[in-house]
Amino acid sequence: MRNRIAALATACIIALPALAMSSSSAAPQFTLAARGGRPVSLVQYKGQVVMINFWASWCGPCRQEMPLLEHIYRKYNKLGFTLLGVNVEPDSQAADDWLKQTPVSFPILYDKESTVSRLFDVAGMPSTVIIDRKGKVRMLHKGYKPGDENEYLDSIRSLVRE
Amino acid sequence: MQLSVRVVRALLAVCLTGAPALAGVLPEDRADVLYHRYQGGGITIQGPSVLVRKKLGDSFSLSANYYEDMISSASIDVQLSASPYHETRKQKSLSVDYLHGKSTYSAGIINSKEPDYKSDTAYYSISQDMFGDLTTVTMSYHRGWDRVYKDLKDAATGAIINDTKFNGGLGFAIAEHRGYALGLSQILTRNMILGVNYEAITDEGYLANPYRNIRYFDPTVPGKQFTLADQVYPRTRTSNAAAVQLKYFLPYRAALSGQYRYFRDTWGITAHTVELGYTHPAWKHWIFDGSLRYYRQGAADFYSDLFPRANYSNFMARDRELAAFHSFTLGIGASYEFSVPRAPWINKSSANVRFDRLMIDYSDFRNALLAGQRGFTAGNEPLYKLDANIFQVFVSIWF
Amino acid sequence: MGGVCKCARAILIAAAGVGALAGCSPIEPWVKPYEREHFADPIMSFNRDPVSTVYLEHVFESREGARGATGGVGGGCGCN
Repeated sequence: MRNRIAALATACIIALPALAMSSSSAAPQFTLAARGGRPVSLVQYKGQVVMINFWASWCGPCRQEMPLLEHIYRKYNKLGFTLLGVNVEPDSQAADDWLKQTPVSFPILYDKESTVSRLFDVAGMPSTVIIDRKGKVRMLHKGYKPGDENEYLDSIRSLVRE
Repeated sequence: MQLSVRVVRALLAVCLTGAPALAGVLPEDRADVLYHRYQGGGITIQGPSVLVRKKLGDSFSLSANYYEDMISSASIDVQLSASPYHETRKQKSLSVDYLHGKSTYSAGIINSKEPDYKSDTAYYSISQDMFGDLTTVTMSYHRGWDRVYKDLKDAATGAIINDTKFNGGLGFAIAEHRGYALGLSQILTRNMILGVNYEAITDEGYLANPYRNIRYFDPTVPGKQFTLADQVYPRTRTSNAAAVQLKYFLPYRAALSGQYRYFRDTWGITAHTVELGYTHPAWKHWIFDGSLRYYRQGAADFYSDLFPRANYSNFMARDRELAAFHSFTLGIGASYEFSVPRAPWINKSSANVRFDRLMIDYSDFRNALLAGQRGFTAGNEPLYKLDANIFQVFVSIWF
Repeated sequence: MGGVCKCARAILIAAAGVGALAGCSPIEPWVKPYEREHFADPIMSFNRDPVSTVYLEHVFESREGARGATGGVGGGCGCN
């Protein structure tokens, strides 16, 4: 148990009571270790439109989606939009290796204990959540098939104008 | 020969209840080129198998296979009542998978041709993910149409031709097959997955092997004391098989698998199959496989190695595939994964080799060639044993 | 033939039942999608190299009386 707490301390997760995820509830707050060293918290992005993408290197559709997410990030980043790629693997070695081959510029967070996945009730791989400037969950999307990115774009375009 | 039906069965078994029907995600694009070789019991069968699978758009996946068996046979059956032969069997198959949401619909056709056996099979299956994608249910149906011929050597030219007198002067015989299968794949824990399969198959028509004979005790024949006669098979056969398979992920990254299958049919054959397997990745690029398979079957009701007299019963067979026997198969394989830098369109490739040793011990099939020799009387010859070496080498590329 | 038809009918009804159940399933997946990494590993596939598996199955079926119910089904990685 002690080791678990120590691990959590390193990951620095602050969790609110888990809410049944629906597309109009307040997004739960969290902090996760990130690529680059410094932990990242959701609260840092208050006022911005935040898209969280839960992904894993072993998941085909997730890998297929990543370059499109990179494209979306670059396009809307200056308009108050950010994308957080939450990797759900307990061991991030495979994810880091894959990112070396297919680099992305948006922040990559490591949810090694699956705490944030549970918080957001992730029910499919990949899963995408879009949170508005006020911190409310506005879109929940499970899975990825080509064409889904248009749904994301529609949502982002309208939320960025708010 | 009869190989055709059995091959088609095998191909179906894997296609219908096997991996490709992964609801939710289409199978990966890949190409495999295999060389196979079976050698044992006086038979050598070798040839290529080429398999290509490619996605078309986002919802369709197409698969095609070309397979050949080049057969050289001087088996114990051939030596008893025929002459050694060489022939080639060619098989082509095509299938398509369509993915829509959580369902995968598949359909395919298989055509097999050899000088004395032509067979066509059509199948379709539906695979559905459910219960949070932990469960996949697959239902499939297939139908097959076969034309059986009997070959002989033309007395004048010496060429191999179809016997026009076969099957009462018709020159060919027909067999039809129908099968239903139901499969379930269930993720049990983070490390364990269960597979359950059930398959019912019915055959109708000419189901025998036209080259094989039964033998009956005949004291008038000096030395051997038996006479060969035609086999008489039932014109229908219905079989049921149920199998359970478990795969377990070991924490240091390896996989353990176990499987049991129960088989029973209307010919009185009951069979049990048990298989254990172990897969061990090592040194970054290698994967090693080991397996042990045990098979045991009881004889068909109308099977006998030596019938007491002529026309003993309505149905009579001496095909050793219907005899009582048990077998062990030991298998080992090695796979080496590599990348091809000059071809960036290739994601991954592997070179693979596999060796299996099949050892069959017959409980009621005897070496009839020894009748009347070394003091063996008909029906007391040594029980037959078969050892075969099965070799495979193949290259796979994913693109 | 009667035996197969009766059995087949029973199976199809059972399968339809399972299918209907799936539609109104309140069963929560006890292995979450983000916990299914092992099933995406090729070594956990029931049929890793189909070209080889099909061939071996053919060899056994040629020499044995038993047939059918071979091969594994699915093995979802929880993707999509």
